[in-house]
Amino acid sequence: MDVLLLARLQFAITIIYHFFFVPLTLGLSLVVAILETIYVKTGNEKYKRLTKFWGKLFLINFAIGVVTGIVQEFQFGMAWSEYSRFVGDVFGAPLAIEGLTSFFLESVFLGLWIFSWDKLSKGLHAATIWMVAIGSNLSALWIIIANSWMQHPVGYAISDDRAILTDFRAVITNIPVLSHFPHVISAGLVTAAFFMLGISAYHLLRQNETELFRISFRMAAIIGAIATIAVGFFGHTQGQELIETQPMKLASLEALYNTENPASLSVITISNPSTGAVIIDLRIPALLSFMMFNRFTGEVEGIYQLQKQYEQEYGPGDYVPPPIILYWGFRAMVGAGLLMILISLFALLVDLKNLYGKFPWFIKILPFTVALPYVANTAGWILTEVGRFPWVVYGLVKLQEGVSIVVKSGTLLTSLIGFILVYGLLIAATLFLLFKYAKAGPMVTTDTTAEVTPSLISPPESL
Amino acid sequence: MSLDILWFIFIAILYTGFFVLEGFDFGVGILLPFLGKNDVQRRTIINSIGPHWDGNEVWLIVAGGATFAAFPNWYATLFSGFYLPLFLVLVGLIIRGVAFEFRSKHDEPKWRNLWDWCIFAGSLIPTILLPIAFANILRGVPIDANMQYVGGFFNLLNPYALLAALVVTLLFTLHGATFLSIKTTGEVERGAKEYIRWLWLLVSILLVIFMITTAIITNVLDRINFLTILIPVISLAAILAAGYFLRKQQFGRVFLMTCLTIAFLVLTIFVLLYPNVMVSSLNPAWSLNIQNASSSPYTLRIMTIVALIFLPIVLIYQGWTYWIFRKRVSSEPKNLIY
Repeated sequence: MDVLLLARLQFAITIIYHFFFVPLTLGLSLVVAILETIYVKTGNEKYKRLTKFWGKLFLINFAIGVVTGIVQEFQFGMAWSEYSRFVGDVFGAPLAIEGLTSFFLESVFLGLWIFSWDKLSKGLHAATIWMVAIGSNLSALWIIIANSWMQHPVGYAISDDRAILTDFRAVITNIPVLSHFPHVISAGLVTAAFFMLGISAYHLLRQNETELFRISFRMAAIIGAIATIAVGFFGHTQGQELIETQPMKLASLEALYNTENPASLSVITISNPSTGAVIIDLRIPALLSFMMFNRFTGEVEGIYQLQKQYEQEYGPGDYVPPPIILYWGFRAMVGAGLLMILISLFALLVDLKNLYGKFPWFIKILPFTVALPYVANTAGWILTEVGRFPWVVYGLVKLQEGVSIVVKSGTLLTSLIGFILVYGLLIAATLFLLFKYAKAGPMVTTDTTAEVTPSLISPPESL
Repeated sequence: MSLDILWFIFIAILYTGFFVLEGFDFGVGILLPFLGKNDVQRRTIINSIGPHWDGNEVWLIVAGGATFAAFPNWYATLFSGFYLPLFLVLVGLIIRGVAFEFRSKHDEPKWRNLWDWCIFAGSLIPTILLPIAFANILRGVPIDANMQYVGGFFNLLNPYALLAALVVTLLFTLHGATFLSIKTTGEVERGAKEYIRWLWLLVSILLVIFMITTAIITNVLDRINFLTILIPVISLAAILAAGYFLRKQQFGRVFLMTCLTIAFLVLTIFVLLYPNVMVSSLNPAWSLNIQNASSSPYTLRIMTIVALIFLPIVLIYQGWTYWIFRKRVSSEPKNLIY
């Protein structure tokens, strides 16, 4: 098989897998930090039990997120060495800064949090999980800064065939950073909210620890209602930016083949992928222009026109990202997002008005809705990355220019199969543990963060 | 001092930090099946490094990131050239990291056994392969005029690299055993102390052989200076001093000495490597060095500011966690943290 295809497959699989766990880490770290803070402030043991219950699920998820993240730090050099040479001056800095400022913070303080329940004061112990939450979310910021530069390179000059950083401030305040970062952070909170809603509903149905899971349910409903709307808001901002930063991605998301003014919004478009012939095309006039410009006029460029324009600008080649993936991925993401807004608002209503008895069907479906944020997160990540096709760095480095020269297809195939096997076994183990502990509820004896009485068997030797 | 030199030093410090810290938790992982006779002992052994291993590992991640940012060509040539060993290192780190978190979350011997083997293998694989990588960087590998590695996987398995792997594996195991001797009690402590004695002897002999081989391979006599003599000598002196403290049964000091041995062994590699970062065995002019592999002065300046602020902060809070967990790990089953 072709090296480029294998390298792309490996990157796609490893990063989708990684990002499957990251949003829950981002959101749940904050939830656990809030719960423990309430425990410290009120001294209410209920909140301590909640902290430990959600904390344990957090730890299982965190472990797999961390180890799959290590792969990302190395993979650029391994499979994408020419990309790394070209961009290292600009792109390496946020990665290194991420390690120094965030990765250390979350890893060191998580070790402390797990093992120091009896060693630190209550307040200090709660502070350690805040450090983990800050570290994780800060880490997302640096990764998004790096990714935004690939989406929309700024603050650089080309010298000796490579990109040289000229304006660091421009890189960290790049247009996509300001919308992608809040989008991802809110998506993390949404993921945590639905994870909590689903598990709480499961236990409420069985009248297990009702008091604790009512608290969790309310907290999740509030976070969910706010965060789902925030995700939509920042997603919309991102969409509007595409007009300027990546018009081809926008046209592909909307299956807009020809430039329109005012532009219509596709409700459903089905075309023959080989010939491009449109079979069904149901569109709402002028709505896309409104979404982009907040008024019912405004030109949105189409796929065909952009392809011609890019051929002139960058030479012959295919500049159209796979339309099926983008168009349907976008609908999956937005569809799941809209559904989650409705569900979390309804959950909030059910909780505040105490209508649990009136809508048992709603409580019954909630455990299944945990899948929704995962659909939206994965689809969103695929859109962002695949939508950049054929570029690794938009307008600067094409895929085939970025892949490693010396790595042979057999080598890549070996590592690809290796990652698939290892990751396959790990996800089985992770899901097994998550289900086990989610179902078991707060009363389990083998507890990672178990209360222990300090015992000093012998004093430490002096170093 | 120019910024490329400063970043060469920073990266040397990051790898030194990584090998000294993760060295003992790799060693502890390697010793797990040998010293952990039952579940309580194995959990005690794991708890000795439980709060630390993840933070220790970040030193490697940051070293990788810093190499990317400060020396993109080094990062690109090294990681694509040494693809397979690095892939195996990643697999090792993945199964190991998950194993620490997962093994105790299900109370079934088969499940725990599986993850305990993952901890062992995940500790042993990087312990063997990372020194192979560094030995080759120093010894020289086929790098062409375009900074591309043109050798294969088996080029890397030369006798010098295998010697490095052997020395480091035993040294890390010694380091881990010493760590266990000051962090545990009872059976585990006694077992660890037995390993220390013979491991120390083997490591001392092999380290001398390794240093002599290194001196020959790198033609050290041609570029002899204060540092190229002093640094390897400190490493050797530290391992001898470890033997002295071992006789006096002062295990805390033995541990301090194994820390120094490892630190100065890593620094030996870097000081002999300088000003190169990867030696070409085909033509010395094709070697990657701190100039032709480095980033622009502007990037290095920003990175320097960030590193000067955050590296000391990291050292303070990571050091603080070692202070919090300075006591020996309890091996009373009721006190074990699972």
